[in-house]
Amino acid sequence: MTLLTGVGPRPVDAKGGGAERRDRRRALPYLLLLPGAAWLFLFFVVPTIQLGATSLYDPSGSVTAGYAMTWEFSNYPDAIEYAWPQIVRSFGYAAIATVIGIVIGYPLAYAIAQKAGRWKNVLLVCVVAPMFTSFLVRTLAWKTILSDNGWLVGFLRDIGLLGDDGRLLATPAAVILGLTYNFLPFLVLPLYASLERLDYRLLEAAGDLYASPTRTFVKVTLPLSMPGLVAGTLLFFIPAVGDYINAALLGNTNTNMVGNVVNSAFLSRQEPPQGAALSFLLMAIILVIVFTYVRRSGTDEVV
Amino acid sequence: MTTPETGDLRITNVTKRFGEFTAVDDLSLTVPQGAFFALLGASGCGKTTTLRMVAGLEEPTTGEIRLGDRDITRLRPYQRPVNTVFQSYALFPHLDVFENVAFGLRRRKLRQVKEQVDKMLELVQLGGFGKRKPAELSGGQQQRVALARALINHPQVLLLDEPLGALDLKLRRQMQIELKRIQTEVGITFVHVTHDQEEAMTMADTVAVMNAGKIEQLGRPAEIYEYPATAFVANFLGQSNLLAGEAAGRSGDVVQVAAYEQRFAVPAVRSRTDRGPVFLGVRPEKLALVPAGAAVPAGHQFVAGVVTDSSYVGVSTQYLVRTGWGTELAVFAPNGGDATQLAVGSQVTAHWNPHHAFLLERAPGEGDQTTPLLDSPDTVGVGS
Repeated sequence: MTLLTGVGPRPVDAKGGGAERRDRRRALPYLLLLPGAAWLFLFFVVPTIQLGATSLYDPSGSVTAGYAMTWEFSNYPDAIEYAWPQIVRSFGYAAIATVIGIVIGYPLAYAIAQKAGRWKNVLLVCVVAPMFTSFLVRTLAWKTILSDNGWLVGFLRDIGLLGDDGRLLATPAAVILGLTYNFLPFLVLPLYASLERLDYRLLEAAGDLYASPTRTFVKVTLPLSMPGLVAGTLLFFIPAVGDYINAALLGNTNTNMVGNVVNSAFLSRQEPPQGAALSFLLMAIILVIVFTYVRRSGTDEVV
Repeated sequence: MTTPETGDLRITNVTKRFGEFTAVDDLSLTVPQGAFFALLGASGCGKTTTLRMVAGLEEPTTGEIRLGDRDITRLRPYQRPVNTVFQSYALFPHLDVFENVAFGLRRRKLRQVKEQVDKMLELVQLGGFGKRKPAELSGGQQQRVALARALINHPQVLLLDEPLGALDLKLRRQMQIELKRIQTEVGITFVHVTHDQEEAMTMADTVAVMNAGKIEQLGRPAEIYEYPATAFVANFLGQSNLLAGEAAGRSGDVVQVAAYEQRFAVPAVRSRTDRGPVFLGVRPEKLALVPAGAAVPAGHQFVAGVVTDSSYVGVSTQYLVRTGWGTELAVFAPNGGDATQLAVGSQVTAHWNPHHAFLLERAPGEGDQTTPLLDSPDTVGVGS
């Protein structure tokens, strides 16, 4: 838009060409935005519109015969009715995994940021290292670890935490643990970044002002690491809700998540309108949760 | 706080080592309750470590710290009736000014927080700033929040760690006066760590000059300035001309000193030693110049020299005078109204009242020490 101010006759000033240079400088930010904006338009905006349209197609069509656009808003209530247990389960599993992730990830990020000294970089690499292999391979590896004749199940049976025919694989616990494992780095890294910036002198000051170590954590460390915690939990929670690999590989038919339903709607049951409607629903619920969460935690800068 | 002694801060034989490095070396020190005490020294001399041990942020390797009758050596910081104004202020960025100041009260679950905070903000002249975040304040205002946040707890001892270091000169002067006023008003013991000798002298009633983990001298600012105990103190606190000489013992009330084929006498009461290698010290403002050959006041001692530099700074003219053996003496001539300036190159006699000189021990082999006219903390030894 600013580009247009350079259009049309303009009095030549004494500096000669100064205005043109100014215009070019003003255009620069838009030029920098161009590749990203084009990418997002082609591969996010266009497919989203396509998906929105699909969710309103007549569900009686078929992949071979094609679908008619009948503005079928009833696809949404139908999809909810069909998949509400999986929707509830998705948010439940993701929430539990997020809580476990915080319990594991916060102390980890804190230790790396504040106490690791020269081991800091090594530990960070360890956090990120699992991501060097593919998501699918990692989850398959978990399948081996949790398998009925694996060492873990054997050990848990030996110490009596699992019954003699108790198992881990194909249970909700396996799916939740898989989610926790796979998304943990996304929680730890932003947390690390904000804890790393935490000035230890503020902790000294809190101690000097009669705050015990626990009170110091609650009143100083935690609030100051809130942006990292919010960003980290969102980066953890959002992909976890939509995930279907963990449920497919580590769970059973009763641990299916909404992602599995979307997957089957498109690929096996041939019901694209239902899959599209579920995708849109998921997106809407997540947006609502994110906005409420961010508002309430008072870290508006994340969104 | 019934008798004055109950709140004295007593540091006894405290040593602090960081690995091989001894930051504080067998330090003993008593700060009377209600005193404004300054720990003065160059960076790395152990003054901040001493302060942090009183605050509980460092634990002494050996030794004992008592506050009145109470041994606080191993207490955690939050268990001590001591508060600190940090060099960097360390204000909580996520809390507004009011909550920063209220922090200590809230942790101790005290009542009437609002009244106390409002009163404290008035005391440091920040009334109405309660809702601001620290980042929205100027350096001087942040400094006052840090002060209020510590003072509101009525600590037995308030520790100030170079609290004015980040402020510009004008603001620093203003805050020095302000701090002194507040200390008089609240009557709390202040222990102030600084490397700025002028700051220490203007504010504190007792100054301890620290060097390499030890106290070199402790006393009232005027005492230390007029009669320094060591060459380090003589040059760290103000400037001094220190001439290397040999003391030949007492004769009557004076100590005889030979230096550069001349004889000088220093009153015995102003001599730290009376035999062996010594520094004969005279402050630059205690030296006066007359043209060579002119009469020197009766009883004054003198050396002859040539003016090599002259800087007019308004209140005084600062001269450098090169003696016959090459040492340049600093001389501050007050601006008394007569505008006569001695030209560079003129032959002069620098003279002083023997009662203004002092005699210090000197390590054998050490040469003259005079400080340059520039206000630099480094001392420059000029070989003879």
